[in-house]
Amino acid sequence: MAGYSREVARRVFAQEFRESTLTFKDGDDQYAPQYLMTPTGARVNRIFIVGTLIEKEDIGTDSEYWRGRVIDPTGSFMIYAGQYQPEAAQVLAECETPAFVAIVGKPSTYTTGEGDVLTSVRPESIHVVDGQTRDIWVVDTAKKTLTRLKELEGGSDSPDVEKAKEYYAPDVKHYYSMVSQALQSLKESY
Amino acid sequence: MKEISQDIYRKFQELGVEISPEDIEDRLDKMVSKFKVPKEEARRSVVNYFLKEHNIPRNQFYTGQSESPMMKVSELNTDGKWVNIKGKVVQLWENTHESISQVGLIADETGTIKFTKWGSAEFAELTEGQSYLFRNVVVNEWNGKFQINMNKNSSAGQIEENITVGTSTYAFTGALVDIQTGSGLIKRCPQCNRALTKGACMEHGKVDGVYDLRIKAVLDDGITAQDAIIKRDLAEELTGFTLESAIALAADALDQGVVLEEMKKMLVGKYYTATGSRVERYLLVDSMVPKSTVDPQELDELIATAEVA
Ligand SMILES: [Zn+2]
Repeated sequence: MAGYSREVARRVFAQEFRESTLTFKDGDDQYAPQYLMTPTGARVNRIFIVGTLIEKEDIGTDSEYWRGRVIDPTGSFMIYAGQYQPEAAQVLAECETPAFVAIVGKPSTYTTGEGDVLTSVRPESIHVVDGQTRDIWVVDTAKKTLTRLKELEGGSDSPDVEKAKEYYAPDVKHYYSMVSQALQSLKESY
Repeated sequence: MKEISQDIYRKFQELGVEISPEDIEDRLDKMVSKFKVPKEEARRSVVNYFLKEHNIPRNQFYTGQSESPMMKVSELNTDGKWVNIKGKVVQLWENTHESISQVGLIADETGTIKFTKWGSAEFAELTEGQSYLFRNVVVNEWNGKFQINMNKNSSAGQIEENITVGTSTYAFTGALVDIQTGSGLIKRCPQCNRALTKGACMEHGKVDGVYDLRIKAVLDDGITAQDAIIKRDLAEELTGFTLESAIALAADALDQGVVLEEMKKMLVGKYYTATGSRVERYLLVDSMVPKSTVDPQELDELIATAEVA
């Protein structure tokens, strides 16, 4: 199929997302897509998150600019929506907290004066969902993370895995225990 | 014809029922020669006649000594028929019912069909991606759709042969991450049925459009993004809208776009299994099942995987 193919929305837990610091462009031209590479080798241009929106605040000065914090069993995602994300900003403005939300968005990074890299998400859409959907997402994200961890360990020759290994030298155990902790948190309900 | 009637005679004999061979032959002959009924239909009909006559339950007859016929998935359209099929388990779903052991989809080169393995079935758990020879499974019609049930009489044996699944049917499970423009309440060209853009048809220009509902969705499983087209019937089923209520809502709001907005609120962010046929990059969806819960067994298996490492 020629032409445009849509970027897949990757599944990454908050903890791993927070620990991601490597961004790169795929190609030289200015429209080349930008990616965030996570420590287990997810190549993220778009991300799908289902979690609990626990805080939201309009931090804009001239126009509305919403900041929200969405938590999953491993940590929290910061999300920012302003005039370029009108639909998402409107949902943030109107919804109650806490609420289960599903977010499709783009990863974004910011380097502080001290050289720390902060990750956040610019939502393309936010929708209020139910708790079941959130639990299904946790299982889904655990599965995808386990698959990436297997590839990391198994000496896969995929360039993404190579890149992640080379840059992060990830502690595989650390991420296995993150996945385990996320799944264990569902055990009370199932 | 003689063979068919002898076969029927033998099967009834096995069940301890003596029927006159002439009677069988007469009935068959009348159907085939006079009423142009295909032979297999005639056989079924004659068998049913004698089953009723002698008060024999259908499944006793079809699962007796005799072998159920080997059939393809696309041929499974007779309620209550016992069959053998060779197929691949292409998908297992979570099942929420205690008396059901497994539920999912089986496919062969001709199509895909839902199956339910009841708790009474005595064979081992089915594995996704494995091909099997299923014996004595029964076709069941529900809400106009056919499925197969596996029970105490059924068996499943793994086979080496890797069944090629028909490209015509395809199932995709993922999160519904977007609904694209051109969805919701739309208008179509009365001449060619194309969706209109700003009231105009690509081919026929400005026309008086006819209302329709459709959803152009993107399903995403984290590895692939799949474009899916959901037609009016299914869109109505999924959203609770009818074409009439959608038109009324749009008229109230003076904006056709409100229907799309409402649909997004209902569907985006949730997980579904969509089944249908694939045409180029589109999945033309025939059925769409929401994924409603976490499978506890899968959860335990994943925890074990994460902890062993
Ligand atoms: Zn036209």
